This record gives sequence, structure tokens and C-alpha cells, in this order.
Amino acid sequence: MILIGERINGMFTDVKDAIASKNKQPIQELAKKQTEAGATYLDVNVGTAAADQEGTMQWLVETIQETCSTPLSLDSQKPSVITAGLKVVNAEAGVILNSTPLNKKNDGEILDKHIEMAEQAGPKACIIALTMDKNGVPQDINARVAIAAEIVQKAMDKSFDTRRLFIDPIVLPVKVPNAQVQVGNILTAMEQIKYLADPAPHMTIGLSNVSQGTSKRSLINRIFLAMAISSGLDSAIVDVLDEDLVNVVATAEMLMNKQIYSDSFLKAYTTANKA
Amino acid sequence: MPVPEVKESFAGQVSRVTLGSTKDSGGTRTSTVTVGGARNVVYGGSIEQAGEKPVIAMDVLDSRPDDWPETLAEHYQDVMDSPGDWAKKCVEEFGADLVCVKFDGIHPDKADKDAAHAVKVTEEVLKAVGVPLILWDSGNDEKDNQVMPKVSEAAKGENVLIGTVKEDNYKALTALALADGHHLITHAPLDINIAKQVNILVSDMGFPLEKIVTFQATGALGYGIEYAYSIQERQRLAALGGDKMMAMPAICDVGYESWRVKEAKLEDAPGWGAVEDRGPMWEATTAICLLQAGVDIIRMRHPRAVATVKNFINQIWQ
Repeated sequence: MILIGERINGMFTDVKDAIASKNKQPIQELAKKQTEAGATYLDVNVGTAAADQEGTMQWLVETIQETCSTPLSLDSQKPSVITAGLKVVNAEAGVILNSTPLNKKNDGEILDKHIEMAEQAGPKACIIALTMDKNGVPQDINARVAIAAEIVQKAMDKSFDTRRLFIDPIVLPVKVPNAQVQVGNILTAMEQIKYLADPAPHMTIGLSNVSQGTSKRSLINRIFLAMAISSGLDSAIVDVLDEDLVNVVATAEMLMNKQIYSDSFLKAYTTANKA
Repeated sequence: MPVPEVKESFAGQVSRVTLGSTKDSGGTRTSTVTVGGARNVVYGGSIEQAGEKPVIAMDVLDSRPDDWPETLAEHYQDVMDSPGDWAKKCVEEFGADLVCVKFDGIHPDKADKDAAHAVKVTEEVLKAVGVPLILWDSGNDEKDNQVMPKVSEAAKGENVLIGTVKEDNYKALTALALADGHHLITHAPLDINIAKQVNILVSDMGFPLEKIVTFQATGALGYGIEYAYSIQERQRLAALGGDKMMAMPAICDVGYESWRVKEAKLEDAPGWGAVEDRGPMWEATTAICLLQAGVDIIRMRHPRAVATVKNFINQIWQ
């Protein structure tokens, strides 16, 4: 399972404060802790408070890389912010461009641009593509799969290895009125999307979205993660510092026969991920 | 639309292990042996992905065996009372890549010999040959815990492969192998779940995963080889899939297992062909079968079987 640690995000108060005061220590501490907890990538999101988003992205990337070599996921809806991050990121071990829709009303070529940016960043650079287009987030299964098919098609047309492509079917909060059906739709869509190419693209989600505003956030996150893994999810943006959540991943992967069982299977999972 | 790339490739690989310490690194071996490194299944992928060639370790027993059939024993009659000469014969005449000293003679139900004997044998063999050694206990936990620490110490600095440690008896030998600079064999009874567990336990004691070779137990042709084959195959696939707890090279005990089956040694069986051929064929077939599942070190006994398997290895792993 490819775990993308979500904590370095300007939406969290501690990160927001560290950005405002240019205090490196909390950022480097979060990078270290998430790496030790088994993060494959560290997500980097400047949030909304910083005025200079490009500069802040570069400061965060440089700050993390001073003390940590875990690959990064440059998270922004603005291509200019991702581009700024790419200028300073060490892409040798990998980097994720997070994220792009298929297309936008004002930018029909945004996915093409992301693919090109990834190609330029190096052979291990990946992209996350959202199953949304100029009309927004689709409400049903077929539209999600259709957009994913267009994304996969575009990647293949550009000879972009589908193993470098992460498809995010967009998890909506279960509490949003009339959105409760979406949770099941996403699972069904994922099962279909993985057959769009061989090798299959990775499937990823921003897990915590599902529980936004609910009263049992971590329980909902954990159960949904287990369900999604059984539908083909192999990556997620999660709070890796939640030990119980990582244990859910270890257990689900073991039950899916992706990891060989041993009496110490939880320890085996975290030790192997750290190594 | 371009045709998608369908070539199978894997993220993980079998770890590389180098046995033996030469003068430069504080030992007295004249050569080292490196195994592992495969990045694909046997026969799969390119030559570069095949990793190191598998090797043959020939068995030398610490005491004269009394249960070896004549077709096997006849090759060793002159050296069976001298492990040093026995080892020399295996290396110089039969082309053994390594020598595996098997301490059958310390077992309480056999000769029940003491640690001083085992140490003397270890020293003799170290002196007689320059290839790396494997030092393999008797299988009696209590006696092994008395004797093997002394054996480990006697080979200190030689970077031998010592074993075996099991789920319920691993602490003493693991600590010693760590202290004496050896590689370690983790042992499971044809059970992949226990195999992984032993590796985790040993690694928990601070023993590096890169210095472990796994022994899943072996079944000879006709006597459970399918279990051994599928476990070895599963271990290789787990290693290729990136499971670091299963990414070690593997060792098999083909010699002992092949020569205890009746088809290999029964003399009065006219319909089965000549016994002189049957035994070595049984051993070679078992070895070649397991090599295809993904085994890195094979323990063997009969010189003709060794020659056949070496020939196979040299043709497959160019």
C-alpha cells in the first residue's frame, strides 16, 4: 500500500503557524514522524493562508528535504504552485504531482500539462488525476469510469506508463445531503477502473474527506479504508500517525493475501515499510 | 492507440548474500560465495534479472555415518573418519562451491559427541579447505544450544552460514551469530507463516535481514516435493513483491532428503533400474526441480548428482 502522509498541510494550525513564522522545526518533525510511521510519500500542501503560495511551496519542500529523504507529493490545485515545488524537489526517489482533473472550463489541457511536467521531472515522477472534468464531480458510477478511461487513454497516447498514474475517484463527505450513495459508487467505480489498463493505474483517495463533519471520524475512516482496499485501492492520502489506521491497512492487505500472514503481521508491515 | 507494455516486472528483489571472509576482511577463506539478487522468477525476464548463480554445498558429516547406502558411501569410504579430508575431496574432486558441516554426531540419539569434538571438526575443515562453510546443527535443541555456540566461536571472523534457528529456539544462536560475524539460517517446518515469523523474531533481536538465509525444510521427489516447491515459489514471489521479511536467499537440504527415500537406495528392485543410477538421479531431479522454484543454495551428497546439477545451473544461469 502506498501511503501518502497528509499532515504537512497549511490547513492544520501547527503547519499554518510554522509557515507564518518560517519555523522549520515543526515541519521537519512532522516529516520525520510520518516517515517513521510508514509514509511512502509526504504530502505537501501550503493551505490557503499564505499569500505567496509558490514561495511557500518551495520553502516547505526545501525545509523537509534538509532532514528527510522521503519522496514528496506536491499538493495544489494550481499548476504554478506544483511547478514551483518541482523546481526545488529532489525527484530522483520519486515525486507525485497532486492533482489534476481531466480538464477544466478554462483549461482544456491541464492533464496534458501535468503529464509533461511529470515527464520533465524524471522517470519516477507520478501524477494523481481526479475523475472530474469541466462539469465538476460526476454523481454516478459510469461517468466516473468514463472520465477515468479518458485519463488512461490520454496517458497511453502520450506513452506515459500507467504505473505512474494514480486515479482518484474523489471521495465526498458521507454527511453531505444526498451524497451518502457516493461512497458505494466510488467502490464500484474503482473495481472497474483498474481494468482500464494493464498494468493497472494506481487507485488513490483522500481518505479523511469521507468523515468530514461526522461524529465518529476515525472509525469511519478505518472502515472505509478497509472496504476500499478490498475494491482495489492501493494508495491513500491518510494520517499515517494514526497507528490503528495503519494497522487496518496491514490487516486488510494480509486478508487480501497481499502480505504473507505471520503472528507478528502488524509489526512485519510497519518494519518493512520503515526499512 | 499504442500496444501497452505487458512485460512482467517486479518492484522487489531477493537480497544478495556473500559468505566467507578472506584475509582482507579478517578471515582465512581463499574465496567467497555470493548468492541471491534475483529480480524475477527463474526463467522469467532478462539475464540481468536472474541474479547470482545458485551454488552447491556438499555435506560433510562430523562423524562417520552408519546409515548411508553403499552407492553413496563408496565415494567417501576413505575420508569418512576425517572431516578435513572429506571436505577437501568434495571441493577438489567434486567441485563443491561450499562445504556444509552437518553435526549429526552430537545428537544424543546418535554418537552424542561433545562440544570439544565439534570445535575440533570445525577447525579441521576450516584448515583443510578455502571455500566458505555452512555449519548445521543436529536438530536436538538442547544439545545444539550447548554445542553450537562453541562452534560459532571457533569460526569467528570466517563469516560462515550457521544454523538453524527456529520459532521456539532462536535467541542463543542469533546472538552468537551476530557477535561472531556470521550469516544465519532461519528454519520453518514447511510453513510460510512460521517462516516469516522467525525472520521477524530474529530481526527484532537486531540481526540484519540482509544476513539471513531461509530454510523452509525440504521434501524429496515423491515425498512432499510439491510442498517445498510451492513454498519456495511463494517466498520468491513475496520477495519480488517487495516483502522485505521474505526477501532472503533460500537453502534446501536435497542430499539428506533424497537419500532416505527407498526408491533411491533399494537394491532388490529389478523393475526400477540399476540402483547405482537411481540414487544420483533421484537426488539430481529433486535438486533441479527446486532450483526452478527459486532456491539459491542446495545441499547435496552424491558426486554424480552434483555434476548433473552443476551442468544444469551452468546452462540456465549463463
